[in-house]
Amino acid sequence: MAANLDPFQSAHNAGPGRRTILKTLGIGAAGLAGIPLLAACTGGSGPAPGASSNSLTFGSGSSDDVPKNAYKAVTDAFTKKTGITVATNVVPHNDFQNKINSYLQGSPDDAFTWFAGYRMQYYAGKGLLAPVDDVWEKIGGNFSDAMKKASTGPDGKMYLVPNYNYPWGFFYRKSFWAEKGYAVPKTFDELKTLAAKMKADGIIPIGFADKDGWPAMGTFDYINMRLNGYQFHVDLTAHKESWDQKKVSNVFDTWKALLPFQDPAALGQTWQDAAKALEAKKTGMYLLGSFVTQQFTDPTVLADIDFFPFPEIAVEGTDAVEAPIDGLLLSKKGGDNKAAHDFLAFMGSAEGQNAYAAVDTSNIATVKGADTSKFTPLNKKCADTIANAKYISQFLDRDALPAMANNVMIPALQSFIKDGTVDVKNLEAQAKTLYAAQ
Amino acid sequence: MSTTAEKPAAPDSEPGAAGRTTAGKGHAGAGRPPGKARKVRRLTRRDKLVLAIMVGLPTLIQLLLVWLPTLFSIALSFTRWNGLDIKDIKAAGTDNYRFVVQDYPPFWPAMQHNILWLVFLALIATPLGLLLAVLLDQKIRGSKIYQSIFFTPVMLSLALIGIIWQLFYNRDSGLLNYLLGTAGTPRAVDWFGDSNVNIWAAMVAATWRHAGYVMILYLAGLKGVDPSLREAASIDGANAVQTFFRVVFPAMRPVNIVIVVITIIESLRAFDIVYVINRGTNGLELISALVIQNLIGEGQVIGVGSSLAVILLVISLIPIVFYLSRTFGKESKA
Repeated sequence: MAANLDPFQSAHNAGPGRRTILKTLGIGAAGLAGIPLLAACTGGSGPAPGASSNSLTFGSGSSDDVPKNAYKAVTDAFTKKTGITVATNVVPHNDFQNKINSYLQGSPDDAFTWFAGYRMQYYAGKGLLAPVDDVWEKIGGNFSDAMKKASTGPDGKMYLVPNYNYPWGFFYRKSFWAEKGYAVPKTFDELKTLAAKMKADGIIPIGFADKDGWPAMGTFDYINMRLNGYQFHVDLTAHKESWDQKKVSNVFDTWKALLPFQDPAALGQTWQDAAKALEAKKTGMYLLGSFVTQQFTDPTVLADIDFFPFPEIAVEGTDAVEAPIDGLLLSKKGGDNKAAHDFLAFMGSAEGQNAYAAVDTSNIATVKGADTSKFTPLNKKCADTIANAKYISQFLDRDALPAMANNVMIPALQSFIKDGTVDVKNLEAQAKTLYAAQ
Repeated sequence: MSTTAEKPAAPDSEPGAAGRTTAGKGHAGAGRPPGKARKVRRLTRRDKLVLAIMVGLPTLIQLLLVWLPTLFSIALSFTRWNGLDIKDIKAAGTDNYRFVVQDYPPFWPAMQHNILWLVFLALIATPLGLLLAVLLDQKIRGSKIYQSIFFTPVMLSLALIGIIWQLFYNRDSGLLNYLLGTAGTPRAVDWFGDSNVNIWAAMVAATWRHAGYVMILYLAGLKGVDPSLREAASIDGANAVQTFFRVVFPAMRPVNIVIVVITIIESLRAFDIVYVINRGTNGLELISALVIQNLIGEGQVIGVGSSLAVILLVISLIPIVFYLSRTFGKESKA
């Protein structure tokens, strides 16, 4: 998920300083320069299983501290095991996503971090990715069918090796709720009643941040799925269903009942700000992905965090859970590098994912047999939520055409948050033009 | 942008070349130094080579970096393209323009904000710069220090200015809310998040920089005003205000024209600060930000982005043509 879209935040964060980036870029560039030579040595085309390369470049958009260190742990473990060196090229999260088009068409790294869903299939369909069926032959047994399906491209070949996913839900502080006597709501009406009670108690019931534009999509997705079902979510984001219909306007009408309880300062704050407000008990609960826990650096606060799934509204109870999958892909060029295939196979093993999860505990490893012994109760709950879900949805911005998510839905949701109105006819008009341009 | 720059630039920027090519054609600008032109006429092969490089290279750069991209943008604005594979380009007629004007909600707010930006710079920021220049032109102690202080923001990028102003505007911990006594309370003004105020907040931050820029230009202009004009005015019994508005200000006409054009261009190319705040969404839409949103990044729709860019180009051409025809039209008459 877009972890850090705020330029201010990246300035505050201890994140990668400019020097570090320049340095890694330099190393990356040096690594890139080496690739054509290696490719030339091995004759180049095809997955070249016999290639004797012993290095690869890895482009990482995980620039926040926790995931950055976690990926470092993975590459270190991989180098230690195989002797293959990995030159990691960390790019600020948001830049990485924004430049993905030119990145993949230019001289990308061999392996890179990316997402499942339409966002992966789109680039696979354009021939910018290398299939990794050979890797899946080795690691296939480690994954559930749902994961395998999520890693398959439009042509039936495998493109992604999932690393982790994380459920979205309402996060809250247990001690605070116990003290105030709040109970977990099961239905939407209970949620509204609880929110009203919190408001009467003088706190903001639902933490909310949408300065970056994407976090509000989580609320939209959940209300949409709870009202219209998982399949409708998939069809709508793929534009097989029209946006200009009662089912969509129902979503906004239902959401409207929640708006008075969501943080009115949403449009001026980032998800990190809203996480701080939850920590400070200024807000009662906060609907976000479990990566929100990365922000709670104080262990006592972290131990105090719990979550509940989005309550049921109409169709499917709480069967569907929003749990976007992040993983690794090979660029077209990386397909020629045997070492890069090995690296992906390592990421698809319990060993590789354990190395990651040992540092970043906010996400759930996707591989079977991953180490769960160090799971906190919260980790366990996250894992169970995903494992027990009948449907796992990707995020709106991963299931939809990027132009639709970024150019249409972000402004539309922001203006909805502002005044509670939305023009579904216009959403459909824009969707028609944008999907036709692809 | 540069068509108009190209033609009139030739006669007076290269007196030698101009004399050579236009001698005898009776061009207004070439008529003045006939004696000189004859002397420079005999050019050695090396001179010709140097001239060819000096004229050719910039022309080539112009062509490659300005003209071709412009023409491509115009061509692409009539197509549908996802920016990935050249094969995917499809003709779209004027659909993109229809889309932008009819279906794209941020477009009209962006137009209004660009106009608001222009009006604000013209009525507040530029006069403020003039005021600073006039004050600092007096013989006050430490005038150089004040000048440096006011000029410093000009040297910072607007992106950095956005970050600096965040410290003032932050809802919970910003200086402004602290001074208003509302920090940390629900009454705190959400300077960057509330779409009713964030455009004003951004414009104030932009003014901080623009005023320093205008100040420096006017300071230079004021230094260039002949002191005897002021003396004459004071002998005629004009007071300070009259001297300034009736004598000094009109004498700075060339600077004034430059300032008008700079103000217009600054308002059209305003971009960085809104992009830093919230990527030009939620009340901070500007045409330039929409162009970037549609041309760069995951939400790439080349056709729509290009048509927005062409609209911006057409709007920008108006003040540019006006400026160039004013300056060069006047000189050729002289």
